[in-house]
Amino acid sequence: MRFPSTRLLLAVPVVAGSLALYASQTNVRVAPDPDNAGLKLPAGFGALKVAETGGKARHIAVTPQGVIYVKLNKVKDGKGILVLHSQPTGKATVTGGFGDYGGTGMYEKNGYLYASSDYNVYRYKLDAKGEVAAPAKPELLVSGLKVGSQHESKSIVLDNADNLYVNVGAYANACQEQDRTRGSKGIANCPILDSAGGIWQFKASQTNQRYANGTRYATGLRNVVGLDWNPQDNQLFVMQHGRDQLHDNWPELYTDQQSAQLPAECMYAIKKGDNAGWPYLYYDPQQKKKILGPEYGGDGKKEATGNYIDPAAAYPAHMAPDGLLFYTGTMFPAKYRNGAFIAFHGSWNRAPEPQAGYYVVFQPFKDGKPSGQWEVFADNFAGSAAKVASGRADHRPCGLAQGPDGSLYVSDDSKGTIYRIVYNAKK
Amino acid sequence: MNCKQALLALVLAGGALSLQAQHRPTPAAKPKAKTAADPALTASITRGAVVYKNVCITCHQADGGGVPNMNPPLIKTQYVLGDKARLAHIVLAGLAEPIEIDGEDYKQHMPAQAYLTDQQVADVLTYVRNNFGNKASAVQVAEVKAVRATLK
Repeated sequence: MRFPSTRLLLAVPVVAGSLALYASQTNVRVAPDPDNAGLKLPAGFGALKVAETGGKARHIAVTPQGVIYVKLNKVKDGKGILVLHSQPTGKATVTGGFGDYGGTGMYEKNGYLYASSDYNVYRYKLDAKGEVAAPAKPELLVSGLKVGSQHESKSIVLDNADNLYVNVGAYANACQEQDRTRGSKGIANCPILDSAGGIWQFKASQTNQRYANGTRYATGLRNVVGLDWNPQDNQLFVMQHGRDQLHDNWPELYTDQQSAQLPAECMYAIKKGDNAGWPYLYYDPQQKKKILGPEYGGDGKKEATGNYIDPAAAYPAHMAPDGLLFYTGTMFPAKYRNGAFIAFHGSWNRAPEPQAGYYVVFQPFKDGKPSGQWEVFADNFAGSAAKVASGRADHRPCGLAQGPDGSLYVSDDSKGTIYRIVYNAKK
Repeated sequence: MNCKQALLALVLAGGALSLQAQHRPTPAAKPKAKTAADPALTASITRGAVVYKNVCITCHQADGGGVPNMNPPLIKTQYVLGDKARLAHIVLAGLAEPIEIDGEDYKQHMPAQAYLTDQQVADVLTYVRNNFGNKASAVQVAEVKAVRATLK
C-alpha cells in the first residue's frame, strides 16, 4: 500500500509538469491561417478567420470557457445572438443561436451574458460550461431607451461594483432645428440630451429598470459605440463618434478637405457627471482646442466656453470607433498589457476625400491613462488600399473581445467574419 | 507574369488609381457616346455632376453606392429609375422614414434640399439617372417646378 502512494506522490509533479507543458502547447496549437486571415499584423502575431457567420456581427463576448457569443445587428434566421464553439485549432462552428432581436451590445461578466437591442438591455445566466441555460427567458434589465433613425446602438459594459453602463446615442448630427440641413441653427439647451447623447448607469442585477431608475452618468457624448471599463484606474473609457458634415452644412466656413479632417474621433475618460460638450463643441486635433460648433455661432476658431472635459486621446476624423478593449492578457508582449485596442469601423464622411480607417489600433497606456502615440495594430480588413479609399471595404471591424488564453477576437459587421489574433503561434 | 510581378503591377495600378482619384476634381461625369447625341441632356448631366459633388456625395458617395445601414444606394433602384415626381419630392422635401432596398435597411433621414433651384434639382437628378450604371430619361425643370408647387 505504501509503494503505490509513494509512486503516486512522485507522479504528481511529473503529471503537473506535463500538464503545464500541455497547457503551454495548447496556445500554440491555435493555427493562424497561412495568409493571417488577410490581415497585416506586427511581427510575431498571426490571425485566423474563426468563422464566417454571414450576419451583421456587432459586439462579441468570449466566456472563460471559450464559448463565443456574437450579437447581430439584424436577426438572421430568427436569431439575434449566435453561439460558437471552437476546435483546438481555433476554427469555430456556429452551434446555435437565440434572442429574436437585433442590436449591438454583448458583454460577459461574473457568470452572466449581457445583450442589448436598440431599445432594451437583457441578461442571461451562464452555466459552469459558459452556456446560456435558458435562452428563451432572459431577464429584462432596462427597457424604453430612446432610439431614432441614427446612432441606434446601445453599447454596454459593467464596472466592478455591479453597475451597468449603457450608451444612448444622440438621434441627430448636431442638434440642429433641421437635422443635417445646410445653415440650420442649433437648438438652445439641446433637448435631445434629456434622454440621449450620453451614458446612462443602471444596476446590473435589477430587472425592469427604466430611465427613472438610472442615472445620466455622462452627457454631451454624441454617439459612443466602443466603451470599456479600465481596470487599472477603475474608470469608464468611451470612444465618441464625432460630428459629420461641417462642409455640407456650413460650406462658407469649411472646405471639404477641412470637413474630412474635422473633428477628431475622441477617447474620453469619464467620471460621474462629466459633460463632453456635444452638440455645442467639437475637438479640433490640429488646434488642439474645443471649438464652438457652427450651429451655435462658431466660425472654426472660436473656442467653446463652459465646463467641458478634454479628450484623453484624439484620432483622425470620421473613422468610427466601434470597439474598445483594455487588454489584460498575458499572451501578447508586455507592452500591450493594460493598453487599449480600438476597432475603427471606417469612415463614410470624408468624401470626396479618400475614406480611412477599417483597422484595429493599439493605444499604449501607463497608470491607467493614454501614454504615447497610437499605432495601427491589425490592418487590411478592407482588402486593399483602393477599397479603403473608396469605402467599399470587404470587412469592417466592429467588436473586440479577449479570449481566456489572451487571444484578441475581432468581429466584422459587413460580412460577419470572426477573427482571432494570436501571438507566437506555430505555423 | 510571376507572383512578384503581378503584385508589383497591382501596387502600381492601385497607386495610379488613387493618384487619379486625388487629382480628379469631380466624380466621373463623362457622358457616354450614346448620350452625346443629345446636347441638352449632356449639358444637364455635366451641370448635375457639379451639384452632386457639392451636395450629395458625402452621403451617397462618389460611386453612388451609399453607406450600409445609413444612406441608400442610387444604383439601379426603383427610387431613382421610377417615378420622377417621387424622386424630385425626396430632394425637395427630404425623406424622414427608413427604407429597405434589396433586403438592406437604410435609416438615416435625408434632409430637404429645397434651397437648390429647379434647374439644379433637374440637373442632379438627370445626372443620377444617367450615371452609376443607370439609364433613364432626363428630369425636366417643369417637372421639378410642379413638385415644388405642391409643397407650398
